[in-house]
Formats: sequence, C-alpha cells, structure tokens
Amino acid sequence: MVLWILRRALLSLLVLFGVSVLIFLATQALPGDPAVQILGHTATPEQLTELRKQLGLDQSLVDQYVTWLGNVLTGSLGNSLTSPQSVSSLLIDRGLASLALVGASALIAIPLAVLLGSLGAMRRDRPSDHATQGIFLVLTALPEFVIGLGLLILLGTTVFTVLPPVALIPSGGAAFTHPRELALPVMTLVLAVVPYLTRLQRAAMIDVLESDYVQMARLKGLPERTVVRRHALRNSLVPVVQGSALTLIYLTGGIVAIEYLFAYPGLGSALTTAVAGRDLPVVQAIVLLLASVYVVVNLVADLLTVLLVPRLRTRRG
Amino acid sequence: MSTAEVIAETRGPVAGRRRLRTLRRSLRYGRVRVGVVLLGLVVLVALIGPLVAPHDPDAVIGLPASAPSGQFPLGTDYLGHDVLSRVLWGGRSVLWMAFSAATLGVALGAAVGLLAAYAGSIADDLLMRGMDVILAFPQIVFVLLFVSLLGPKLGLIVVLVAVAWVPQVARVVRGITSDVVQREYVESAELIGLSRWRILTREVLPNVTTPLMVEYGLRLTWSIALIAAISFLGFGIQPPNADWGLMINENRNILTLQPWPILAPAVCIGVFAIATNLIAEGIGRAIAGVDREGAVR
Amino acid sequence: MSALDVSNLRVALNPAGHEIVSDVTFSVEHGEVVGLVGESGSGKTTVALALLGHAKRGTRIAGGSVRIDGAEMLGKTAAEVRAARGSRISYVPQDPAAALNPALTLGTQLREVIDAHRQAATSREALDRIRETLREVKLPTDAPFLGRYPHQLSGGQQQRVCIAMAFLLRPPVIVLDEPTTGLDVTTQAHVLETVRELCGEHDVAAVYVSHDLAVVSSLAQHVLVMYAGRIIETGPVDRLFTRPGHPYTRRLVEAIPDIAARLALEAIPGHVPPPGRRPAGCVFAPRCAVALPSCSDAEPSLVELEPNHSVACFRVAEVASVDLKLSVLADTAVAETEPVLVVRGLSAFHGERQVVHEASLELSPGECLAIVGESGSGKTTLSRAIMGLHVPRSGDVVYAGDVLSAGVRKRSARSRRGLQYIFQSPYNALNPRRTIGEIVGLPIEHFFGLRGRATDERVHDALERVSLPPAIAAAYPDELSGGERQRVAVARALACEPSVLICDEITSALDVSVQAAIIKLLDDLRQHDGLAIVFVTHNLALVRTIADRVMVLSAGRVVESGLTPSVIGDPKHPYTRDLIADTPTLAGLTTVPGARAET
Repeated sequence: MVLWILRRALLSLLVLFGVSVLIFLATQALPGDPAVQILGHTATPEQLTELRKQLGLDQSLVDQYVTWLGNVLTGSLGNSLTSPQSVSSLLIDRGLASLALVGASALIAIPLAVLLGSLGAMRRDRPSDHATQGIFLVLTALPEFVIGLGLLILLGTTVFTVLPPVALIPSGGAAFTHPRELALPVMTLVLAVVPYLTRLQRAAMIDVLESDYVQMARLKGLPERTVVRRHALRNSLVPVVQGSALTLIYLTGGIVAIEYLFAYPGLGSALTTAVAGRDLPVVQAIVLLLASVYVVVNLVADLLTVLLVPRLRTRRG
Repeated sequence: MSTAEVIAETRGPVAGRRRLRTLRRSLRYGRVRVGVVLLGLVVLVALIGPLVAPHDPDAVIGLPASAPSGQFPLGTDYLGHDVLSRVLWGGRSVLWMAFSAATLGVALGAAVGLLAAYAGSIADDLLMRGMDVILAFPQIVFVLLFVSLLGPKLGLIVVLVAVAWVPQVARVVRGITSDVVQREYVESAELIGLSRWRILTREVLPNVTTPLMVEYGLRLTWSIALIAAISFLGFGIQPPNADWGLMINENRNILTLQPWPILAPAVCIGVFAIATNLIAEGIGRAIAGVDREGAVR
Repeated sequence: MSALDVSNLRVALNPAGHEIVSDVTFSVEHGEVVGLVGESGSGKTTVALALLGHAKRGTRIAGGSVRIDGAEMLGKTAAEVRAARGSRISYVPQDPAAALNPALTLGTQLREVIDAHRQAATSREALDRIRETLREVKLPTDAPFLGRYPHQLSGGQQQRVCIAMAFLLRPPVIVLDEPTTGLDVTTQAHVLETVRELCGEHDVAAVYVSHDLAVVSSLAQHVLVMYAGRIIETGPVDRLFTRPGHPYTRRLVEAIPDIAARLALEAIPGHVPPPGRRPAGCVFAPRCAVALPSCSDAEPSLVELEPNHSVACFRVAEVASVDLKLSVLADTAVAETEPVLVVRGLSAFHGERQVVHEASLELSPGECLAIVGESGSGKTTLSRAIMGLHVPRSGDVVYAGDVLSAGVRKRSARSRRGLQYIFQSPYNALNPRRTIGEIVGLPIEHFFGLRGRATDERVHDALERVSLPPAIAAAYPDELSGGERQRVAVARALACEPSVLICDEITSALDVSVQAAIIKLLDDLRQHDGLAIVFVTHNLALVRTIADRVMVLSAGRVVESGLTPSVIGDPKHPYTRDLIADTPTLAGLTTVPGARAET
C-alpha cells in the first residue's frame, strides 16, 4: 500500500507540473507581446524592453520556465503590477479571507447535504422527498451568482434588510471576526453546492439501502438503528468523501463570482481585478494556487477512500 | 403465450420508430415537458426578441433608473436605456455561445474519450493525464487565465469553455466505451469479421450516444451558467451591447432603486438553465427506465 | 405442534395490488427438510422472505399467517419481528458475496447477531458460541480468520459463514434460498452435506428453496411445487419424482436432464404469466396439454391424492394414473466421417500463466462433443481460443482442412462463417440498441452480400428454425426474455449456415424448462442438418443428454475423454469419478430403465 501512496503522490506531482507548464504558456508564451499588452501602444521602446527584461521575456522559453518555476518554488513571486503589495503577501491576505469563506461554506454544506441525502434516501418516493428533489433540481441549474443575487435582494436590500449586502471588511484574518459580512456569501455558496451534493449522497445511500447486505442485516434481526449506522452509513462514506472533494473543488471556482458580487476581499475578487488590469504575476500566482488545491484535495480523497474500502488495501487470503 | 407472440400480435412493421426511442420515452415525464416549454420560451425571446423590441437597446432615451411606466414597461437602467428592449436583445449572445460551447465540448470530449478507450494503454494514460491537468483548473479560472492575456474575445471564450468540458465528457465516454467494448455483442461482431471502423460505428457508438445526450444537456446547463458568470464579471460581451449577464453587472449600483434591470435578465438566465437541466434529467431517467423495464422480464 | 406452520399466505405488489403469491399453506416439522421448488416467476423467493416477515420494496405481505412453534410472525410490531429473526427463524442467502458487508470483518458480522438478540452475557460466551458454530461448518476459528473481510474468502467459504450465521442462535426454523447457486459441483456437495448434518444434529426445520430438483431430492423429505405464485403440488420426495400428480410437475420432471441416463427432454411451451396477467381459473391451463375448457372456470384447490400427497388440478385422477414419460434415447452411433474441426495441442496463456495445456479434440459433422469442467478449469478459454477470441496460444486449430490463425481477424471468411459461437449470457450477447432483425441480419449482409428483402427473408427463416415468430424482428432485445434472447443468438449463428457451433454454457442462466427447449433445438439441428456442436458446460447431466463424446478438463488439462456413456458409466480418472459422485441425481427415484443409482 505504501507503494500505492507513492505512486499516487508521483502522479499528483506530474499533474502539478503540467498545470504549471500550462499557466506559464498561457501567460508568457502566447502570441502577442505581453509587454505591449500591459503597457499599451503608447509605451516607448525603452519601457517595453525594460518590462520584457523584468518579466524575463528575452530569454528562451525553457529558460524562462525554469526561472519562473524556481521563483515560484522558493516563494519569491514578485510584485503586483497594479497594486503596491508583493504577490506573496497578497496571496496570504486574500487567501486567508477566501479560506474563511470556503471553510465556513464547506463546514455547513457537507454535513447538511449528507443529512438531507440520507433522509431523502430513507424517505424516498414520499411527497416530501419528491418536493425536495424538485427544488434541488431547480437550484442546481442556477448560476451561483444568480442565487447570490436572489439572496441579496431578499435579505440584503429590498425585501428584508437583515444582512449587509456588501462585505466591506479588511482582508486577511479579519474575515474570521466579521460573521455578519460572511453570512450572505456563505449562504449563497451553501445553496449553490448543497443540492448537487445531496443528490449524490441520496443516490449513494439508496444504492446501499437496497443492497443485499443491508437486506441480510435486517433479516438477521438487527435493530434498524444498527442497520443504518453500521451497515448503511459506513458504506456510503466513500461517496461522501468523493462528494466532499467535489464540493471543495467547486467552491474554489465559485468564490470568483461570489466574491465579486459581494465585494468580498478574497482570492476570487483579487483574480478578477488582476485579470482586468493584466496584472500577470498576480494572475499566475492565484491560478497556480487554486489549481494546486484541486490536486491536493483529490489526493487526500483518494487516500481516504483506500482507507475506507478494505477490498482495496488487502489481498485475497 | 410467449412474450414473442405477444409482441408479434401487438406490433406491426415499423421503420423510424426505432430512432429517438429514448427521447420519446423521456417526453413522458412531466418535468421534461415543462423543460421543453421553458426552453422554447427562452429561445423564442432570445431569437425573436430583437424583432419585437419597442426601442433601440443602445439608445439613451429616458431618465436613468426610472421605475416601470407605460413607455418603459420594465423601467430604465443605470444609463437610461429601456430595460425591456435590452432584455429582448440580450439573449442572443448567451444562446449562441452556450450552444456552441456545449456542442464543441461534447464533440471534442467524445473524440478524446473514444480515442482513449481504443488506443493502447500508453496513449490512454497520456490523454487522461492531460485531461487531469485541465480538470485541475476551476472552469471559470481556466477561462480567465487566457482572457487575461488575449482579451475578452467571444470566440476565444467559447473555445475555452468547450475545452473546460472536455475532460469530464472524455471520462464519461471513455468509461462507457470501455464497458461496451467488452460486451459479447461486440465480440460477436468481431467474430463475424467486421472491420474495426464498422464495429465502432455500428455496434459501439449507438450505445454511447444515448448517455451522451444526457451529458450534452448537463454541459449546456453549465455552459449557460459559466458564460453568464463571465459576462457578469465583465469579461464577456462588452458594453454598450445588451447582454443578460452584463446587464446584471452594470446595474448593480441601482439595485435598491430599480431592481428590474437586474431581476429580468437574472430570471431569463435562470429559466434557460433550469429548462436544459430538466430536459437532461428527464432523458437520464428515461435511459434508466429502459434498463429497468428490460430487467423486469 | 409443527415447527413452522404457514396458512393462506398472500403477498401482493404494493402500489398496484396484484398478488404475487396466493394461498400458500404448508407446515414443516422439527428436523424435517422441505423443498420449495419452482422456476423463475414462481414466487418461491417471495415466500421464503415472507416467512421472516420481510417483503421486498414494492411488495407487501397481504394476508395469512406464519407460525413458528406456535408464535405468529405476521402482523406483529417491527420489534417483535426483529426479535424473531435470527433467533427463531433465520435465512441463508443465495449470493453470499453480496450478502456479507464488504466493509466489516467476519467476526463483527457474526458477533452482531448475538449482540442484537442479547444472547450472551459476556464477550467470552459470544466468542465461544461463534467458535463452536464455525467448527460445525468446518471453518477456521482463529482470530486472524475472524479478522478477515468477505472478499478474502472463496465462494464456498463465504456460504459457510452465512450458514454459520444462520445456525448461531440455534433457531428452530431455517430458510435456505438457493444457497448453492454459483458454487461449483464439488463445493455444492460439501455445503449440502454440512446443511444436512447441522439440520439433523440440531433438529432444525428447514425450508430449502431451489429450482434444482436433483439437489432438492438429495436433501429434502417433502417437496412443495410452486407455479405462478401458488402451490400446485405437495408430496413426499420419492412420490413427487416418480408419480407426480400435477401436469406441471410432470413436465418439470420430464425437462430435467439426468446424469444417469440419456433422457429425451421435454420443453413446456409458453412462459410463466407475471403477476397481474395471470389467467382466470387454473393458472397453468394455457400451457397444459391435458387442459379442458372447464379448467379455466375456477381455481383448483389442493386435493389429497394419497396421504401426504396433494395436487391442485381438476384432472389429477386421469393425469396421475399415467406413468412419467421418461424416454431414454439410444446413444447414437457416430458415422465415421472426415472431422470438420480438429484441434491439436492447443495451449493458452494469460500473460505468464498457462491456463490450457495441450488440449486436442476432433469433431465430425452431426456429432456433439461436450467440454466439461468447473470454473477455472480453462474450458471457456479453450473455446474462445478455438474461435480466435483468445490470442495468446500455441497449437493448431484446423477447420475443414484450413489451419486457422490465432486471431479471428486474420482468418478466412469461410472459417468465420462456418465456425459459430454462442455466448453464455443472453443479456450481453445482443446489442440493446438494435432490433432483432438487424442483429440477425448483420451476418447475412456481411457474408452473403444481401440487402433489403433478400435479407429479410433469410432472417425470417432463421427465426422460424428456432421457433420464434418472424414478427419479433421489429422488437428490441430488452423486450424479450432470457430464453428468447438465447434463441435469437442461435438464430444469428444459424443465419451464417455454419458447420460447427460452439456453445459456451448457453443454458446456465435459464430455467430448466427453457433449457430443455434449447437442448431439443440443438439436438434437432444436429440430427437433421448435420451440425457439429461443441457444448461447454459444468453440468454433467446435460452432458449425458446431449453429447456423444465428452472431454473432462481440470486445471487446464484434459484428464479424460471418450464416449459419453463410457466416461460417465466407467470413469477412469479420479477427478472424473469425484465429479460424477458429487453430481446430484434423481436416479435413485425415477423409474428410468438402466439408470445407475449413485451413492
């Protein structure tokens, strides 16, 4: 099994490597002169040459990549082109804020979805189940910013003015101490994620509840509590792990539009600002960070799956 | 009476019945019918809208942020355009971009998936790792990455969204194809001596296209959401053009004064996405229903 | 007081209301084994589950009573039912691999039965009880074994664990639901032996559900026959198989192949009506050869023919007086003709491992050769290698004088057409997205270059040869039953006008009566059209019925081969001897001339 872990880790590294190459190519190797794109056509040739040197555009592609990668790995990510901060401090500040957002959303959404999904499976085909399924079908389709808008109108502005419509808080750790500002973005993300995850959990739970071993457990005379807890829930944990991984990944994408909508000072809004301002070092750094989240989350999910499924880690005796 | 005899008595010779069997079956579900109607409405508004719009969507003809009135049924937006006209004009870009991105993404993804399933294990590994790399990026981040350098070109966005779907579609297609390829009816075709190509088109593909319809519906739904989000962030179609996502962004500041320039396009986007999702869902259920009916025997 | 007393048990579909099982009444005494026999659609599994007060999702127990040692099971609270399960009546499942939770150790799954019924005061006692029961089923009792997971055990071991779980609390009644399906013959024999011992030792009343009459005859004292949700006959096991009263039972017994003699199998036309489409009056009447119009007027009830032997048939007096029509076929002399298929020294490999060692055979037109072996013997690999589906092989395959290459792609059209293969699973052998007409028409178009009307005619002919109505050509596979699909597969093969047909366990997924129809069909083809057949199977009784010659395979080697009567009548190799000894037979019971009574 150790061999398997090593192999998986190696694969993840490979994917990360591919990701870094892709980011590098996208920002530094595309047709069109980045220097011109950034400084505009009114820049003098000297300014352009200077910027090119600063961005390392005068070297060969491979050299550039190596230099760039080296910088990334050692943490010297350069400075933002449009704001006075260094890229690393920007990442940390905004990263913490986004972490608070994603963390809070996941902590609420995942247990909620597991609960709703399991209940839905146990009460399937009853009117309450049909109704919830219908509502969720509608919610999954909506873009998350539309959900956010709905909540904004409902709770932030027009209908009830309960929560602040704009999260004007300083970035960094401040997010952890301003729960009211977090409320609307978190609620939006939770509403965006819960329907999909609930449906996954419900389907997995139904599979388990209709399995032969659950029927056998009932025929042995086990109390329903034990059947659900020891036999059903235990075996539906694997889909929960997979679903949680999916949720976290989805959330890292969802924060882009949501942070913009609520003016929340996180990585997502930093990315949109950077893209609008052609702030390449910031764009590269944030994208790399977000893509790495995917790789790490998947690795952890696979590890947990192997731990949970005895069949995958033992051989036929 | 055997099943065969029962069938023989109740059925006559039919030719075209066999096509679209699943699609027809899916229409039995109420939700699919609702979806089809809603989709029809949205497409109608998007396509015919510009022909019936009362005013020029780009013309500043009223006071900014004024409430609905006889002249402007949905009021005016932050600059003074007629909201209704902008809504009627604003669907076209989302419509063509979402359909194009979904079609392109599914086509490419299916090609990659089929290739991965058929080619040797090395090619398969390489392709799947490549897919993993793309999959690592949240879709919207993937699009923004390239937009940051090349600018908000609509064709580019369509291609990027399509590429963002390729890994998932490829995975689904690869899974189904690998499964189908092992089945005995494919072996039976090999035993007869059909060429690889004929086996692929005659025996394998028909079993892949039906689940692929569901994938298409799902990709379409997500394309709508993604493209609307990109416009909302300001990286899609640029002002002064009318676009649903863009309208939501532009009018954020006057939300408390005049919610209509935000509500109307939001509802349109929502209905569009919900409609495609309902249809995709329904087809998925119809497919599952076929399996179940067969097993009951 | 009987150990188990069932009266007027009824189970119906939950929303729709049609009855699946009606008026089931029987009783089982302590220490007695009762066989519950029927084909698919008979409702026997539904009855088995209902005895534990369980109804599958979408069904419900609609009425009747189930009494265990006098205490009623039905209509009780959930807690009372649960208390009875495992302690007063327990269940041995059909598929042990699926019935054991893959994520829990064996020890946990055994222990929880004891804990749920609070039958042990201390852990020590629980462990002792578990160990004692494991010993009885001849499994290891050490801690490492208890710490294993189900997937680490073989099929036979898994089933023993399930049996142990059933006997753990020494219930007075046990229900066994086809527990040896999927086990090979040798393992099956051992499991049956274990069940017999335990039931005798603990004076347990057992209900043994099965479709395999031979197995039931070796274990049960009394048999109940079910058809379309009703018990249509009940009687002592020897009477039932020598002088059955009900027309259906008679046809069923006539459809079973036996290792003792080469019987002419009789199929039953038509098929079992599903719930909701059952005819008024006698439910078997539409398929019954001796039915009168009056039989459809009312439902026959069980009438006592002799002590302990009851039959639900209006015409039982006439029917039961006629002896069973068990005709033994003469072993056909095979003409000495040029062999159409020759295999010399075929060896096949899975990577590094050799799975078939130097197998050789010869097949002449009109001859049927059986390849017999248990799972893992290499018989399927051998047949696939002959067909060209398994490429890593050495040795020669010669068809009508042509040496065939290892892979089917490189073979001539003549050999691809003349050598046809029928797969085991009827459910995967036909493309679900194509109509029957397209499926059967494909080889016709490919080999004969025909199109349109010419193809349709040939499809029509092929379907008629397998007794399917030609209009079925417009249907899809998912609209057909397993037996019908298998016939379509045969039709597809016949459409090529082959000389050799290789059948790989083609009837193992089918009911006995459906199997009989397919066997008859193959026999006809062999005799009238001179088709040469290779029949791969694990069922020695089928071999006796259909094959002229037989080849026995064990671990990839041919251990014995020769004419069927001599190999089965006088086996030389110990493996063959064991295989024959482990095959259940009705020979001890049926009045078959020349039958060999096996121990």
